[in-house]
Amino acid sequence: MSFATAMEVNVEARRILAVSISKLYASRSQRGGLRLHRSLLLSMVMRSARDIYHSSRESELASGEQPAAEEPMDTNCDPKEKARLAPEPADSSADMAPEVPDKDESDCDVAEDKENHSPTKQSRKRRGKASAAPDFLPSKRARLEPGEERYAAPPGSCRAGLGDSLSALSLNQVIPAF
Amino acid sequence: MFNIVFLLRWTTKADIISTVEFNHTGELLATGDKGGRVVIFQQEIENKSLPQFRSEYNVYSTFQSHEPEFDYLKSLEIEEKINKIRWLPQKNAAQFLLSTNDKTIKLWKISERDKRPDGYNLKEDDGRCKDPNSITSLRVPVLIPMDLMVEASPRRVFANAHTYHINSVSVNSDHETYLSADDLRINLWHLEITDRSFNIVDIKPANMEELTEVITAAEFHPHQCNTFVYSSSKGIIRLCDMRESALCDRHTKLFEEPEDPSNRSFFSEIISSISDVKFSHSGRYMMTRDYLSVKIWDLNMENRPVETYQVHEYLRSKLCSLYENDCIFDKFECCWNGNDSVVMTGSYNNFFRMFDRSQRRDVMLEASRENSKPMQVLKPRKVCAGGKRKKDEISVDSLDFNKKILHTAWHPQDNIIAVATTNNLYIFQDKIN
Repeated sequence: MSFATAMEVNVEARRILAVSISKLYASRSQRGGLRLHRSLLLSMVMRSARDIYHSSRESELASGEQPAAEEPMDTNCDPKEKARLAPEPADSSADMAPEVPDKDESDCDVAEDKENHSPTKQSRKRRGKASAAPDFLPSKRARLEPGEERYAAPPGSCRAGLGDSLSALSLNQVIPAF
Repeated sequence: MFNIVFLLRWTTKADIISTVEFNHTGELLATGDKGGRVVIFQQEIENKSLPQFRSEYNVYSTFQSHEPEFDYLKSLEIEEKINKIRWLPQKNAAQFLLSTNDKTIKLWKISERDKRPDGYNLKEDDGRCKDPNSITSLRVPVLIPMDLMVEASPRRVFANAHTYHINSVSVNSDHETYLSADDLRINLWHLEITDRSFNIVDIKPANMEELTEVITAAEFHPHQCNTFVYSSSKGIIRLCDMRESALCDRHTKLFEEPEDPSNRSFFSEIISSISDVKFSHSGRYMMTRDYLSVKIWDLNMENRPVETYQVHEYLRSKLCSLYENDCIFDKFECCWNGNDSVVMTGSYNNFFRMFDRSQRRDVMLEASRENSKPMQVLKPRKVCAGGKRKKDEISVDSLDFNKKILHTAWHPQDNIIAVATTNNLYIFQDKIN
């Protein structure tokens, strides 16, 4: 694929992501509540767009350093994937993309993070870089059974690996009865 | 293919039609709308035996089926929009239908009253009580004719069985049970029992984060009371046999066509989601509708459909715009004609299509005010995908995507069709001669 076309795909992917986020946000106020089917389809489109976007981003960063906490936050936007072992392969048409400004990605990720919507998990916590709760809020901590130890969740690691997903979940997230 | 003659047009008073269904004889046609109302039309047959028979459909009954409700626990409004209406086969003088919104199914009895009692001993005609001292003789009240009154009364309310939004109901061929399906579960009900239902399909994952597929439609087999199918957002149809186990999580048959890799795009998943599934009257085939096509499946062959019809292939290159304006989420229905030789489905710009399976012909027609003159033959329409537009063709870019035909129904015996645009109902009839 040519340089120009790869760039177009990348721009298109970002645009679709932005459109999808606004749709997810709008569906909040829809009469009758969140539609599971629609939300599922939206998240699939977002995932495809995000995969294409990131595959081009990774190739561009092959020489540079990994973007820091933005990666983990990004995953939160599609919480269905958190526990997924094998993420779906990115669109094969996505090729090595040219440089994308860092700012754009962080904006996009933070924007995704702000609109942290999923039909399945409606956590009200902002998973920003400062993931610890503010001082003025009471600390919500589970009562420990005798013999248990409290595990501290590393800051910003909302993208939990399978192994420590449970502990991260209990501290950071509210899973609604659904 | 037959000529379609326009017959009647009716407006729902600014509310959006959300479902259309003929009863088993075709004499009655029910529509449901977004305001929770049901309107039933009755066929007035003028000399059916004559070759130029023409039938009219007049309003027979109107009633408010569902009202808006509020779920206090989840702080959510429950829409009163009627998602589906299904008629029960007629057993006595009254008619019965099931109507459902997102959460509650109701069984309605529609009955006629054309006589009233007259000549009571203890009260006057207007209902006032007579002075007992003035009564000197005794008589038996008699039934006298009155103007026909059609009454609709809710006989059963099947509530609180669905966490997610109900998308389908289907009456079983045993005439005693029916199923209702939401995004993740299918329940089996007995028509007489409202406080209990059996869950027969449950695809909710233990961890909702692993959700990849939802149920989009479900239907009982027309003859085999143990068999039903349900379609999914992944384009898969599963056929289940209730004799195999109480919970039909494992399908008996799975119908799926492998995706064409050359058609892969951002929106492949959305357009492969099945919006409707309908068995043929024979029970040998089933039809599915996804965003761009209609597929006919032979129940004996699971790996691919036997026929595929492209409804509006010219939209494939416009998927991104259709995603932005939300049209890509539209759920089109489809229907069979009485002898399963023709299938019909809707499209945009108030177009609808018919595919004649036996003659391998198809036609695109329009339901619009311009075609509203009585007995006018509908002219076939054509969309120009690109390049030079011929006379009478419409270019893709001038299609009106706000004018969509999602709901269509075909009379079970005759060539009479009901087509619903946003808030108009059109009834067309095949022209004889």
